[in-house]
Amino acid sequence: MSKMKKDTYHINSLENEAIYIMREVAAQFEKPVLLFSGGKDSITLVRLAVKAFYPAKVPFPLMHIDTGHNFPETIEFRDKLVEELGLELIVRHVQDSIDEGKVKEESGKYSSRNSLQTTTLLDAIEEFKFDACIGGARRDEEKARAKERIFSVRDDFGQWDEKNQRPELFDMLNGQIHHGQNVRVFPISNWTELDVWSYIEKENIEIPSIYFAHKRKVFLRDGLIWSHSEFVYQEDDEEVLERMVRFRTVGDMSCTAAVFSEATDIASVVREIRDSTISERGARIDDKRSDAAMEKRKQQGYF
Amino acid sequence: MEVLKIATAGSVDDGKSTLIGRILYDTKSLTTDKLEAIEKTSKQKGYDYLDFSLATDGLVAEREQGITIDVAHIYFSTAKKSYIIADTPGHVEYTRNMVTGASTSQASIILIDARKGVIEQTNRHFFINNLLRIKDVVVTINKMDLVDYSEDVYNKIKADFSELMSKRDYQDQKITFIPVSALKGDNVVNRSNKMPWYTGQSLLEHLEELDKKDIFNIGTPRFPVQYVIRPKTEEFHDFRGYAGKVYGGELSVGDEVVVLPSQTKSKIKEIYFYNEKFQTASRRSSVTITLENDINVSRGDMIVKDGDLPTIDKQFTANICWMDSTQLTNGGKYIVQHGVNKVLAKVDKIHHKINPDYSGIEENVTGLNVNDIAQVTFKLNKPIFYDQFKNHRTNGSFILIDTQTNSTVGAGFIQ
Repeated sequence: MSKMKKDTYHINSLENEAIYIMREVAAQFEKPVLLFSGGKDSITLVRLAVKAFYPAKVPFPLMHIDTGHNFPETIEFRDKLVEELGLELIVRHVQDSIDEGKVKEESGKYSSRNSLQTTTLLDAIEEFKFDACIGGARRDEEKARAKERIFSVRDDFGQWDEKNQRPELFDMLNGQIHHGQNVRVFPISNWTELDVWSYIEKENIEIPSIYFAHKRKVFLRDGLIWSHSEFVYQEDDEEVLERMVRFRTVGDMSCTAAVFSEATDIASVVREIRDSTISERGARIDDKRSDAAMEKRKQQGYF
Repeated sequence: MEVLKIATAGSVDDGKSTLIGRILYDTKSLTTDKLEAIEKTSKQKGYDYLDFSLATDGLVAEREQGITIDVAHIYFSTAKKSYIIADTPGHVEYTRNMVTGASTSQASIILIDARKGVIEQTNRHFFINNLLRIKDVVVTINKMDLVDYSEDVYNKIKADFSELMSKRDYQDQKITFIPVSALKGDNVVNRSNKMPWYTGQSLLEHLEELDKKDIFNIGTPRFPVQYVIRPKTEEFHDFRGYAGKVYGGELSVGDEVVVLPSQTKSKIKEIYFYNEKFQTASRRSSVTITLENDINVSRGDMIVKDGDLPTIDKQFTANICWMDSTQLTNGGKYIVQHGVNKVLAKVDKIHHKINPDYSGIEENVTGLNVNDIAQVTFKLNKPIFYDQFKNHRTNGSFILIDTQTNSTVGAGFIQ
């Protein structure tokens, strides 16, 4: 009984709220940017931004922090989307941060470039002097994110002071900041995973093919389904299997696990999520590191 | 499908997080992986029951101290409704978070520990519910299992609370009492057979039936202009659209309107939502409006119906909740953010402090400390267009911003 199909009243009110937030960003900040990962949440953000400013163009660029370990489908999709909508795209590479010696590549069985993104992101914010970064985080994803504000102030070091957050009352958003500070903005804070999918279905939004069931070479470890790829460390005794899978979240290949699925279209994905007993981030390898994994990364300036 | 936003309030150890965890558990809203994590941690801590508070206390410091520090938002849904719970901390020092959580809520749950009954904190929680004009309040008497599910205990608490109710000034508020045990699951989602003397609904059954009327929308239409859309493309060469959210009532094409502060009159020409044109913009929709006349409108201006003007003034008196550790003082200067409009404001007079436990007022006050509630008059450097909070929740409220730190330091409700 927990997850039922919602009619449009619910999703419309979330959409109205998100559009209101997008407009507040454009009005209150000088140099906003939309952080684009190629995942369904940031694709939803792009759709909301387009709707918020029609018939004018989206008044801020997109920025992708590229780990270099992406699913190729995501990059292809990103470039097509940007071209079709006439958006400006900035790409910054984690590989460059590694080459410059700012971060060190992890090694071993659970190595991932996911946490290295933070340095590349903070450098890019400084390079372009962005004062607002729009992100697709949702409060239902993870319990540290449940505490996040819609306008969340970060200090000069990109850090999140979770114990000293500004109160947010009614729908008034206080975007006043000091020079050097920036604000992370989360327009879909109040959406759940199912809401995002319902919206994608309702708006007929195109998303990368890896969100739908497809045949893929995978291997099993710790009860999770890992992609067989040059970017993912694999032990000799971890057998490669070919299975029908899809992804619920799309991050760096090394930290995103798949789920077994037969859902090949949006309607069946929505149905699958409604009936699922595992949370979305249950397939995020980076969250499994510890109970406070997300909070720690957020304090350091993660998305 | 409707959305119900609920604020929860209770003191330390009243079992608020446990109650929310119980709701999530009994509505099967906890996924297997989250449940497994709770089981694992509960076992590590040596508990012989599942500690549901682990589902909501998201910060390390909270888990260490076993308390809730910050407002957390929790989402679940039933066949009938989607729910958003603003879980707010109960400590005296976190009153500001309680006000924050309640500011967006239609209903609230006040938790009382059956063993302790109505305490000073209960007065405060109820006071804030009143100040913010929360329409439905559910007084949830928890830990009934620890008082042998006693009807006498329940009746005594109900009688004590009713005394408080006589003191409130928002008399239309609906108040319901429900005896529960969050730990054991009695009357939370499922009705209990341990309290045959209670014939009412379980907490969730009650929430499911609450009136869906959106209290934020009562009043007359107000359209604060958020952003001016000027595409400057060939196709939309002369397009000048005013983007914003409609509050209070509906606006339609052809409506005679007045733009504030210039008081210029015009008519609504078109209403856009994305690339579609509509005849009417419903409440709380984020639309773009064009006007018949080419007039100068900018962010912070307000479009209202002709003959239905709000108060236009360079001063107002309000009840405010002070939220900062630095004192508010007579003569102090702040930024008032009223909707999307910002003006400079000066504290003209602190009339009196209102004790948030219904014990009266304090006069001759020179400064306000964090969590103080007081009646204050502000003078502004330019006029704003407001309604009284009791008539218009959105156009009658504002926040105060410190000009030095940029922090949100207070919230106000215009009288």
